Amino acid sequence: MSSKPKVAFFDFACCEGCQLQIANLEENVVGLAALVDVVEFREVLTGTAPEYDIAFIEGSITRKSDEERLKDIRNRSKLLVSYGQCAVSGGVNRLKNNWNNLDDVKKEVYGANYQMPHLDTYPTRAIDEVVKVDLYIPGCPINRDEFLTIVKELLLGKVPKLPNYPVCVQCKLNENECLFDFGITCLGPLARAGCGAICPSNGVACEACRGAVDNPNKNAMHEILQKYNFTVEEIKRKINIFGVNPEVKK
Amino acid sequence: MSKNNINIHVHHVTRIEGHGDIVVDAKEGKIEKVQWQVPEAPRFFEAMVKGRHFSEVATITSRICGICSIGHTLASLKATEAAMDIKISETTRVLRELLMHGESLQSHILHVCYLVVPDLLRVNSVLPLIQSHTDVVLLVTKLHRLANELCDAVGGRTTHPIRARVGRFSMLPDKKQLAEFKTRLVESVDDLKKLADVVKSLAGNIPDFTRETEYLSLTYDKEYAIYDGQCITNDIKKPIPVSEYKGVVNEFVVPQSTAKYGKFNRASFMVGALARYNNNYKQLSPLATTVANMLGLNGVNYNPFMNNIAQVVESVFAVERAIAHIDWLLNHDLELETPEIKPKEGKGAGAVEVPRGVLFHEYEYDSKGLCRKANCVIPTNLNHNNIQLDFEKMVPEFMHLGEKELQFHLEMLVRAYDPCVSCSTHYLDVKLKK
Repeated sequence: MSSKPKVAFFDFACCEGCQLQIANLEENVVGLAALVDVVEFREVLTGTAPEYDIAFIEGSITRKSDEERLKDIRNRSKLLVSYGQCAVSGGVNRLKNNWNNLDDVKKEVYGANYQMPHLDTYPTRAIDEVVKVDLYIPGCPINRDEFLTIVKELLLGKVPKLPNYPVCVQCKLNENECLFDFGITCLGPLARAGCGAICPSNGVACEACRGAVDNPNKNAMHEILQKYNFTVEEIKRKINIFGVNPEVKK
Repeated sequence: MSKNNINIHVHHVTRIEGHGDIVVDAKEGKIEKVQWQVPEAPRFFEAMVKGRHFSEVATITSRICGICSIGHTLASLKATEAAMDIKISETTRVLRELLMHGESLQSHILHVCYLVVPDLLRVNSVLPLIQSHTDVVLLVTKLHRLANELCDAVGGRTTHPIRARVGRFSMLPDKKQLAEFKTRLVESVDDLKKLADVVKSLAGNIPDFTRETEYLSLTYDKEYAIYDGQCITNDIKKPIPVSEYKGVVNEFVVPQSTAKYGKFNRASFMVGALARYNNNYKQLSPLATTVANMLGLNGVNYNPFMNNIAQVVESVFAVERAIAHIDWLLNHDLELETPEIKPKEGKGAGAVEVPRGVLFHEYEYDSKGLCRKANCVIPTNLNHNNIQLDFEKMVPEFMHLGEKELQFHLEMLVRAYDPCVSCSTHYLDVKLKK
């Protein structure tokens, strides 16, 4: 029992939809549970542990107290994995950073009570803006099969690698018609694949919920925009939903 | 230390969605403080969607909650459609209801079996049950898988659905696929009956506690309300339209919680499966009613722990309704709709019954279809005040059991409500102090 890696799951500001993808592995959870020792996972079990071989972190950091909790977890973890887009880039939580003044954000939601101390918030930060991250699993939500593959690789001592080609590649393999041809702006040319092009395959534009590839081919993107009469502004506005900045390798 | 001194401090109650704390102080038998606290990090969704195009709003507000993302998506779409006066087809409506029932089944099974049953068996999680109750765990994962695969097939993805859009679906399931789901759903009725037997064998461990409160849910003349309806409680005679929801939920900010609280005709109200059951149980199907009676629900019930039993009952109902909706789809021509949607200035509210209770979204749009103002009222928020008042009645009644047992029962009560604190903001932590 003790030779199994000690694994823990933590969540910060997020919807907890990524840990749900683990529950959604269904029977595979049973198999996974036999290979690791899950020592801490607040949503699933009662219990804590002093240290972890692998800590999986979901959610983003939006206040000092959470920052300290995260640093403490980092100090007690051999390997720290940032999973889900809130953890990887700040995700939708980063939308509030577009406001010039966070007091206005608080007023929008809590009205006259916005100055109550417990409602305090600071600009949303991804996990690696607070502590060192060893591995990323992007996506909103994460792709459960990719999660399973990455965990298997970790347990086998391999270094997992994320696809570094755009969603368009997987979209083409699925033999979808290009959404640009239907007058729809799609982020597929910039976005990191690994989702199986799930949105375009369901008739909806890619929103780059897994972030951008390491070196997005901006020239090609500009050509596409020109060809279909779209503007860079539209792309910038759209890519902003999941907190992705294509200039940053994340 | 006096036996009558109690000091419980549970930081981050486990096996619930999100973070919450309980603080109870009692000195020499005298209760000094009982408090349910919600310190979840607020995320400010109403601010996030401001200025966004109507076609992107549901994508963002779906992220309020991973577990009820289908409900959030649909409440959001309904609000946008109400604001812009957009009508949907019967096919779209049936597909949405099918998604709602898939989500109810998935969420109720997850909550009752993975999070609550460990309490009834006095173990720390579902993980040891994999060894000790393998057959039951595999039965549960089978039902959970079915619910998720159904939502994957209809919504494109079970968590944060892709195909449900403003005024339409972007893609439709094919009939062969639907027919296969029908077969599996019909077969799953037996699995649910087996599960109900397991729950029945454990029902004796459900704490004996009652507190009558106001029960708030939607109600709909045609059926047990899940997707459509108006607001009803046991304290009002005439249903109130969803557009007037603010006068029903009356949200307010409290110092011990980043989630807002609510109340209507009494000091607090309850939402969720038990509230729905209490208000609308006469509209349940015969099989769901049989399961309810078998598990001790025989009409209006004031024990909040019975919320979990109502969830089992609703799981049966969800399967039956899902089968009926698939039958409807199989008997009609399904064609992909591409309605032209023109943005229009306006304001509108939408409500659905998500697993944890009634959920409201409201948006105001400008003439370009950009969101000017948003408001989301989350069922877990609506329950916080009721949990607090249950605590205040429970602590004196259960104090004689000693600190450890009292803490166990308080945590179990919180779980019974199936709170989804991320939804309401994001955090649960229990302190029981002397």
